[in-house]
Amino acid sequence: MKQLALVIDLNVCVGCHACVTSCKEWNTSGSAGPLSDQNPYGADPSGTFFNRVQTYEIGVFPDTQTLHFPKSCLHCEDPPCVPVCPTGASYKRAEDGIVLVDYDKCIGCNYCAWACPYGARELDEHKKVMTKCTLCVDRITDQSRAEAERKPACVMACPTNARLFGDVHDPESEVARAIRERGGYALMPEWETRPANQYLPRRVSGSSADGK
Amino acid sequence: MRPAFSVVIFTTLTGAGQGLFLAVYFTELVALWSNAVLPPAIFVTAGAAMAAGLALLGLAASFFHLGQPGRAWRAAAMWRTSWLSREVIVLPLFIALCAAYTAAHHLGGTGFAWTGVFALLACAALFLCTAKIYMCLKFLQEWASPLTLLNFVLLGTASGCTLAVSLALALAPQMLNALCGASMVMTLAALGARAASLARNARLRPKSSLQSAIGVANPRIRQTSQGFTGRSFNTREFFHGATPQKVRAVKWSFLLLVFLFPVVLIAVGMLADSPSLLSIAFPVQYFGLLAERWYFFAQANHPQNIYYQAMA
Repeated sequence: MKQLALVIDLNVCVGCHACVTSCKEWNTSGSAGPLSDQNPYGADPSGTFFNRVQTYEIGVFPDTQTLHFPKSCLHCEDPPCVPVCPTGASYKRAEDGIVLVDYDKCIGCNYCAWACPYGARELDEHKKVMTKCTLCVDRITDQSRAEAERKPACVMACPTNARLFGDVHDPESEVARAIRERGGYALMPEWETRPANQYLPRRVSGSSADGK
Repeated sequence: MRPAFSVVIFTTLTGAGQGLFLAVYFTELVALWSNAVLPPAIFVTAGAAMAAGLALLGLAASFFHLGQPGRAWRAAAMWRTSWLSREVIVLPLFIALCAAYTAAHHLGGTGFAWTGVFALLACAALFLCTAKIYMCLKFLQEWASPLTLLNFVLLGTASGCTLAVSLALALAPQMLNALCGASMVMTLAALGARAASLARNARLRPKSSLQSAIGVANPRIRQTSQGFTGRSFNTREFFHGATPQKVRAVKWSFLLLVFLFPVVLIAVGMLADSPSLLSIAFPVQYFGLLAERWYFFAQANHPQNIYYQAMA
């Protein structure tokens, strides 16, 4: 069975936020309606995003590294957000493993967001329904697009190719090979959600090698 | 977690309604079994009707938690997997059965016996569904314990018994002593369970860490940016925003208001034969339960908060 997912290469992410802005642009412009912002130019802005890039400092000065860490829905193989949904709005697609929300069925109860240990879901303050990364499902399945462009907007935008996209269940795919050969790992494995998205650890040489 | 007032009010009102039904039903059942004088029919019908009314108010409050309340009917769909969906089915069922029990009593005959049994089953199922909604989220470690169920049952029953005391003052003075006793016993039992859960939660070690959250083994990691300088759903929904002093104050407030004060009010009220002391026990306890439920939510530490520790 197919499982589409992202693999994030932490060696080359430079924290430019191009994936964040391209995600917002694509997903605010589609037929599903905007990802709303509240007070975007005011003193206290807030808004819905499917993807964020965070930054961490690892180690103690002077032996430190800066890690840029893109974070979005991990499209878990055992997603805890799906069975808790009272309406069936939250579901995992059988054909490609994408975890989606049917905006027309969602009652905005927030329970799925509580049930996600990663904080991957955001209630849109304007639509009043739960929203999350769709892996740009309206883009990757668009047959009118050239095949090379049938990728999530964040993947297309990344200038350093830190974001790989494909079927992690196909052992010959780029993503499956990257996970296998470069030690791809899942976030918070302690909750046994089996995230489909994985991260490629840093390969650090020299004095700051005590990262991972 | 940020305590949502709609859910705080919903769970406390419905719990008190369930407890009141249990108090009324068992008053009658015990009288039947022991061949004692039955409680006045007006006490039973008023109590069961009030139980249905409280649960109905709770149901109304729960709508304020929804982004799309007009679609609430859809929530009955996924009862095979979702405890929330099961609760959505069982709550109206409990209200309907309480109303049926009231009606059966009012009409007389033996119909009340069967409707009572079904209402009792719905009451138990509702406690289970409500508690399981929280218990089944295993990474909310403060909630993922059988003590959550025990607390919902005992706190609901205690507040229902205390409310039944007020009701008995007006409608069934001969039941007053028994219900005062029940209120004190259940309140002290609830204190035991709540103290056990407070002690358990104080000793909890979070399973997730910054290391497991980003998959880096180094023990020295700090976030320098959460990725945005504004706010988001993630920074609102999962942080209560209260100071540790306030959280502590709420804890001590509810320990006094839910447990100590009502027991003292009822004990002194009985000894001094003071209806006014007895009748303020429930408002005091209910107010305390609002604080208790606020604390229940605030104390739950969601692992997603690990990702939101530094704005920039």
